[in-house]
Amino acid sequence: MLMREGQFRNPSGCAVTGVIDRSGKPMSGEGMIEAIAVMHDRSNGLGGGFAGYGIYPHYKDYYAFHLFYDKKEAQADAEAFLCRHFEIVYSSEIQTRKLPSVTDEPLIFRYFLAPLPQKLRNSHLDEREYVARCVNRINSETDGAYVFSSGKNMGIFKGVGYPEDIGRFYRLEEYGGYAWTCHGRYPTNTPGWWGGAHPFGLLDFSVVHNGEISSYDANRRYIEMFGYQCNLQTDTEVITYIVDYLVRKRGLTLEETAHVIAASFWSTIAEKGETEREQETLLRRMFPSLLVTGPFSVILGYEGGLMALNDRLKLRSMVCAEKGDLAYISSEESAIRKICPDLDRVWMPAGGEPVIFELYEKGGRAQ
Amino acid sequence: MNMYLYPEYEVVRDESRCISCRVCERQCANLVHSFDAETGKMSADSAKCVNCHRCVCLCPSHALKIVKSDDTYKVNANWDNQTINEVYKQANSGGVLLSSMGNPKPYPVYWDKMLVNASQVTNPPIDPLREPMETQIYLGKRSVTIERDERGKLKDTLAPQLKLRVPVMFSAMSYGSISYNAHEALARAAEELGTFYNTGEGGLHKDFYRYGKNTIVQVASGRFGVFKDYLENAAAIEIKMGQGAKPGIGGHLPGAKITADVSETRMIPQGVDAISPAPHHDIYSIEDLRQLVYSLKEATEYKKPVIVKIAAVHNAAAIASGIARSGADIIAIDGYRGGTGAAPTRIRDHVGIPIELALAQVDQRLRDEGIRDEVSLVVGGSVRSSADVVKAIAMGADACYIGTAALLALGCHLCRSCHEGKCNWGIATQRPDLVKRLNPDLGYKRLVNLVTAWDHEIREMMGGMGINSVEALRGNRLMLRGIGLTDAELRILGIRYAGESM
Repeated sequence: MLMREGQFRNPSGCAVTGVIDRSGKPMSGEGMIEAIAVMHDRSNGLGGGFAGYGIYPHYKDYYAFHLFYDKKEAQADAEAFLCRHFEIVYSSEIQTRKLPSVTDEPLIFRYFLAPLPQKLRNSHLDEREYVARCVNRINSETDGAYVFSSGKNMGIFKGVGYPEDIGRFYRLEEYGGYAWTCHGRYPTNTPGWWGGAHPFGLLDFSVVHNGEISSYDANRRYIEMFGYQCNLQTDTEVITYIVDYLVRKRGLTLEETAHVIAASFWSTIAEKGETEREQETLLRRMFPSLLVTGPFSVILGYEGGLMALNDRLKLRSMVCAEKGDLAYISSEESAIRKICPDLDRVWMPAGGEPVIFELYEKGGRAQ
Repeated sequence: MNMYLYPEYEVVRDESRCISCRVCERQCANLVHSFDAETGKMSADSAKCVNCHRCVCLCPSHALKIVKSDDTYKVNANWDNQTINEVYKQANSGGVLLSSMGNPKPYPVYWDKMLVNASQVTNPPIDPLREPMETQIYLGKRSVTIERDERGKLKDTLAPQLKLRVPVMFSAMSYGSISYNAHEALARAAEELGTFYNTGEGGLHKDFYRYGKNTIVQVASGRFGVFKDYLENAAAIEIKMGQGAKPGIGGHLPGAKITADVSETRMIPQGVDAISPAPHHDIYSIEDLRQLVYSLKEATEYKKPVIVKIAAVHNAAAIASGIARSGADIIAIDGYRGGTGAAPTRIRDHVGIPIELALAQVDQRLRDEGIRDEVSLVVGGSVRSSADVVKAIAMGADACYIGTAALLALGCHLCRSCHEGKCNWGIATQRPDLVKRLNPDLGYKRLVNLVTAWDHEIREMMGGMGINSVEALRGNRLMLRGIGLTDAELRILGIRYAGESM
């Protein structure tokens, strides 16, 4: 019998793409579907998914949980847990469209949640840490239930199939968001479990990643010291946890985080100006075990922005582009040209050089 | 009655090649070779031979070799020749058997039961000839608070660290147990390589203060040579709690090795045996260790990392956990195959555990407790090649100590007779005529060659795994697979069996 995702380590090749309208204007998920469809051959039908930001404006103050249930009993168990820890403001089955190319889907539910105030106070935890731990507990302890999206005013939609089919399955053309990311998967194994598709999310962070990192077990064994459990054994999962740890728990900026994950070579650092040299040296000395080596191209989604990051040797392709308020990131330029043929600027960021696109209201500006 | 013991090794001379130049005679401090003026021929007394190969290497006509004697008692799988001989020796002398260098017994070598991964197709190997490949590391605490200055820049809140250009250091060998020239070679090599050598418990000769930036000084139970200048002239201070070759006992430097110079450096009387006690008499518990760690930090104004070195013993993981919570910056663990200048044979051969198992357990335990960042881990005893270094780092070590390999580079042939003080290679001796045989100008270059070669090999192996920084190799146990190991061994090592997928 084939093992399920998480019972073995599953590296995969992939396609990634993302778009953000820095003016905050919502766009439907259709563009992403069209873009990723161009890169069809970079996936093999064993996983696709999307993350949309700003898609739940009416419930933006609540944590939006998306859950997969393998069976009805799992739903009862998970909902009992949710009721003990959260006020459920609204819940429903996520609307999907039956497609011949998308099969074996689990039960898929959505909940808008607010932590129970008393419970939160008694936990002595920061609200987001409280939510993150609840997600972790459901995923580790509730058999057959899996939280695959847990941020505010954002949502992840994923499954087994080609990404364009998964997008249509979830009717993403009906959602409006200021930013989207998308992932088409080419795993070198065939788990066929929906939870194993990407993006991977924790709170409002979502990560899509193409590559196979060689530092995996060094990163995993380090990050697991801080309460994370790498249940899925994927690169994407460990990268998400590293970002969450450095940004949310340690208070590093995204640029600083990039200098930890895709640190410049010592020889490059030596040639930099004094301040940069000191800062980057310090970051490498503080967090050497979070250096990620081997090929990766990552798009990190978060509230108000996207960050693109390549490994420091740039062993995976990644292109950035701009057209007015819109900014694009993609494994291949063709995917961007498909939805925006006439671009103001197209460039390939260097290895280890983070590219950050943020909403103007967050201080974002043209690159 | 003293039982006659047939020599273990025999000197064989090819008479057709021997030119009776008497080099062998002059080179042998054990007086094995002699010249018969009447016949004009050389002869050898194998009973005195320690098999150091000095004569073999220096014989200009390659007329000499040493062979294992085929004399044998009646073959017995339980009572082998050596076991029987040791009984005879003790019945002769009534003494404790002494040995030198590392445990030679045929215990499993776990390094040789681990295999390293390489990239194929799904991610690319990296070519160290064409791409940067980093083997530089920092040793010390990495637990930090994030603080920013008024410009929002990160403040340096790190405790002092050691910067190593290669993840290999020379382990503790005292002046006294080894010669002045050997020390000079180690110090100069450490400086050129951008790494560190270690004084051992023998103090620091004033001539070597100039290599202070590359010197780790040891504070051991005998406190030999410890004073203000000693601590101030070091890059780091190592508290020696134990040694892999002789866990649970102190050191013993025979009086014959305590010359005037050694006596001054150690601050002990000349010609008298230097015996360091088994415990530090101010450390009977973990809280006492904490006091010594902080005493040394106070004395050096918190500018130098403090290393605590222990022998690999059964409870190493729990001990290391205690040390990590006691202010130490680095823990050095010394495996039971580690070398020594002198140790009771029974202790050397039967006490302690393999470094591979101790390292696996210590690293995992510190991670389980969330305190791996409190300390760096340095392992030694015995690390024999760059492959051992790669495996140790993948297992979780930050760096390795090498002692025996460094001495081999200087000419040592592992005759395991250091305690006799007559080292023909000028290493483990204080006899001026022997010491001068080791030329530090050549010796330090051989050490630099060795470590440079290993560094190249480490880079090649890392590149093969698709890893371009040694930081990403550290603790990366998925890069290792076991071969010929039991389930219990795999569990303790925390690795999978060869053939098991990721």
